Amino acid sequence: MSLGEFILVSVIKIVIALIVLLTAVAYTVWLERKVVGHIQNRWGPTRVGPFGLLQPLADGMKFIFKEDLIPPHVYKPLYIAAPMIALIFALTSISVIPIGNWITVFGIHTPLEITDVNIGLLIVLGVTSLGVYGVALAGWSSNSKYSLLGGLRASAQMVSYEISLGLSLVGVLIMAGSFNLREIVDAQSGTFWGFIPRWNIFQGQIVAFFIYLMAAYAETNRIPFDLPEAETELVAGYHTEYSAMKFAMFFMAEYANMITVACLATLLFLGGWHGPHRFGPPILQAILPIFWFVAKIFAFLFLYIWVRGTLPRFRYDQLMAFGWKFLLPLAIANLVITAFIVALRA
Amino acid sequence: MQEIMLHLIVFSTFGLVCVAGAVNLLVQRHPINSALSLVVVMGSLAVEYLLLGAEFVAAVQVIVYAGAIMVLFVFVIMLLNAGEEERTKGSRVAMVFGIPGMLIGSVLVAWVLLEHSGTGNVATGALPGAPKVIGWLLFHDFLLPFEVTSVLVLIAIIGAVVLASHPGSAQQGLAQPDKRKR
Repeated sequence: MSLGEFILVSVIKIVIALIVLLTAVAYTVWLERKVVGHIQNRWGPTRVGPFGLLQPLADGMKFIFKEDLIPPHVYKPLYIAAPMIALIFALTSISVIPIGNWITVFGIHTPLEITDVNIGLLIVLGVTSLGVYGVALAGWSSNSKYSLLGGLRASAQMVSYEISLGLSLVGVLIMAGSFNLREIVDAQSGTFWGFIPRWNIFQGQIVAFFIYLMAAYAETNRIPFDLPEAETELVAGYHTEYSAMKFAMFFMAEYANMITVACLATLLFLGGWHGPHRFGPPILQAILPIFWFVAKIFAFLFLYIWVRGTLPRFRYDQLMAFGWKFLLPLAIANLVITAFIVALRA
Repeated sequence: MQEIMLHLIVFSTFGLVCVAGAVNLLVQRHPINSALSLVVVMGSLAVEYLLLGAEFVAAVQVIVYAGAIMVLFVFVIMLLNAGEEERTKGSRVAMVFGIPGMLIGSVLVAWVLLEHSGTGNVATGALPGAPKVIGWLLFHDFLLPFEVTSVLVLIAIIGAVVLASHPGSAQQGLAQPDKRKR
């Protein structure tokens, strides 16, 4: 592939990925409002379009045209940069996530992701770990007590849970022997005895999966770990002083992070785009892997919303005790046992 | 040829960004701006490592330094609500000996690197990046330095815990006035 072709293909893939991701973000918000509504015996949005399907568009219009207030006592450069930082890192992490095998379009052989890198998993971890700056700086630069408390809680919480999150993934790394997300997925293809898929979750990583799940909820500031924006104590936490599109950007970042976390869980524990046995005509076989991938992500997002509609919020000391005294030792134990078994087999 | 040019341009750009960030770190008067400049330095160093072919080191640089350690720096600055620092003129000794010393030092380092390093260009991905290779290097070839470093870090952690813990039996004299106040 020549340099010109490379740039053209990359730009096309970036545009497609961005459009798909932003649409997914908008409709995850819609899904959340709908599902939480039904959980709470309400209807959720119904007025704009059938089943309220055009609600995300209406919300977007409102956010764009609303007056963008900047309170007088904020530290302006960081106040303006913070939502951008949050959103940029949330959107960047999707770039190394593969959603299917290599395809050939118009004679160009290309992977179904923006770029296929050897250290894909580490890049996702690195970029998401930078996302905390958005929240922390928003809290600090707003020059408000509630925002500052929210920002402090966010940075402490994210740093604490990142360790458990990282350690829960090391077991998978040991089994696959690669940082490349594509190779990790390929290591999970096939089945045991013809019907149980060889996903990592069925290969003894089920504890790691639940550690990952809980740490990921904390990393994305979702209920029951939404201490940084606890409405009942901190008004709205780190985004108290934000309005219009800047406010919306924090939410776009949060939902994009949810989708990234769901993608990563699917790739690492649930066999990525591998599904039940191949069937149907060739065109269906080409589309099916993407369908399985999207279906698994949808299941994760639904679980997120379900948990939000079910569980109350942690207290702050419970949050820290849970992260450091329960999740971290469990993650280390899982890592040691996995390493021991892999070493015995080798 | 095209790739080498591109490589050189990207490498020099991030080198400049790195130096600019380091200078900005010293010039800025607000601690949070300085901390963020340091994040920029860490980030551009990671890109340089990546361009030199050390993928794993680059990723670890971002995850550990930019993503965790600097977050704690920002956390502490936020927690203490540190304001702008006051400028002093600085000592004259530092001006007289510091600037020539720094110049001589940097020239010396550059000369040693140019004359005696004997390394050529490195392509992206030329250095080990697979977890197996890194594990072998860490736990076999460099086992002793690795273990010594971990013991050192452990000692530092214990020291920090001792310093930060509530003044108890070891520091009766310090603890007394505190109690009276309550």
